[in-house]
Amino acid sequence: MMDIQFQSFIPIKKEWDIVAARQQGRDMSKQIGFGSVDQARIATAISELARNIYLYAEQGKICFEILDDMEHKGIKIIAKDDGPGIPDVGKVMEDGYTTSGGLGAGLPGIKRLMDYFDIVSEEGKGTEVTVQKWLR
Amino acid sequence: MALEKYKNLLKQYLETEDEAALYRADQFSKKSLMDDISPDEILQIHIDAMLDLYPDLSKDMRLSLDFLLETMISYGIAHQEFRVLREKQLELKSEIEVAANMQSTLLNTNIPEVEGLDIGAISIAANQMSGDYYHFIKDQEDNVGIGVADVIGKGIPAALCMSMIKYALDSFPANRLNPKTILRLLNRVVERNVEPGMFITMFYGFYNKNENCLQYASAGHEPGLFYNAKTDSFETLEAKGIVLGVEDSISYNQFTKCLSVGDMIILLTDGVTECRKGDQFIETDEILQVIKEYLHLPAQDIVENVYRHFERVQDFDLRDDFTLIILRRKE
Ligand SMILES: Nc1ncnc2c1ncn2[C@@H]1O[C@H](COP(=O)(O)OP(=O)(O)O)[C@@H](O)[C@H]1O
Ligand SMILES: [Mg+2]
Repeated sequence: MMDIQFQSFIPIKKEWDIVAARQQGRDMSKQIGFGSVDQARIATAISELARNIYLYAEQGKICFEILDDMEHKGIKIIAKDDGPGIPDVGKVMEDGYTTSGGLGAGLPGIKRLMDYFDIVSEEGKGTEVTVQKWLR
Repeated sequence: MALEKYKNLLKQYLETEDEAALYRADQFSKKSLMDDISPDEILQIHIDAMLDLYPDLSKDMRLSLDFLLETMISYGIAHQEFRVLREKQLELKSEIEVAANMQSTLLNTNIPEVEGLDIGAISIAANQMSGDYYHFIKDQEDNVGIGVADVIGKGIPAALCMSMIKYALDSFPANRLNPKTILRLLNRVVERNVEPGMFITMFYGFYNKNENCLQYASAGHEPGLFYNAKTDSFETLEAKGIVLGVEDSISYNQFTKCLSVGDMIILLTDGVTECRKGDQFIETDEILQVIKEYLHLPAQDIVENVYRHFERVQDFDLRDDFTLIILRRKE
């Protein structure tokens, strides 16, 4: 396995970059010690975040950070872009709002996959989503 | 622990191919559902159990299981979302139930007892809340005012709208207003208070006890029917008028129909006339036919029997709120 730095980021410009971000997230969570379900969940959350950047903001980046506060370890992922922003965040966080439709998708899905979720978005300025997952 | 239990069941099955193990697997999955364990977690348990039982599992096999796990992640989220939505749905349902009870208390109207008149009324909501409404009022001289209204639309918005009609009606002076005046005033209330695109049809009648005549006016409502006992035939109470809420100042025409003993006035909403048999609307004739079948009964029994008939015709699944009122002149 390649050596992973404490902090890193993957720029998202092309659809292919989504795969690179997933890979980075998976390698990092494996290194931290997450089991396969959690690795897959983290990768799925990254996928959704990166896809949103690719689809709605055109470009941005996914930043990774290993969390270690003596008591437990975890991973922190920040998806950041300077795209159009989301006018009504409350609405997109409602279950069933996604344009892709169906259950289990979109931002509410990401929130379920992770332990911590925060979104800051300003119309015309951009969007920043921060998620964390702790190793149990 | 779930993993140990699962591993034992799996082992038992792999050794015996026994139905009993499959039965326990079924029990296991029900228990897991109850414990809110998602599909991807079950799969993880399966993978761990397999790796425990077969440490030499081929690489291809191991990777294929990981691959399968990946495809189950979204099902896991969907499973969680489903639980939340189901809880929300139960919450909404009980909230609507409370609202529906409140509505029936708010809109409650008693069928008046008047000598020489036999009145029956039934109003059933297609969903929990009704967009149909009927209203009776009796003055000191035993004259009876009858209103029947139908909001275009169903469900909660329609129901909210109906409360307005009721309170407007209650606020009118108790001295006898003409049906055409009542509709004119209600039209103004509706026009001012209801969003454009929401309309109400209404029939209002005033039964004069001494003259045994019904004065009536209609705001685009399903025409009432008149049963002539002498000729044993029905006729329509034609009364054209614009539905409530379209325009600010509208005047309505008023008509009069006098009743001999045994004659009946039948008022209804389009939930009755638009009952469907399969894909087809029933014919008005069929309604009359059914009413005739029960003519020998008191008015309340007639309306209830007619309702039961059409409930059955529609496979007990009303598509629209159903309201039927019969007013018959007695000896
Ligand atoms: N990074 C972003 N920039 C701008 N808009 C976004 C971004 N992420 C999400 N959105 C908006 O929020 C909506 C909901 O996103 P999401 O929950 O991922 O569901 P979906 O992508 O399936 O529509 C999107 O349709 C889009 O309009
Ligand atoms: Mg999305």
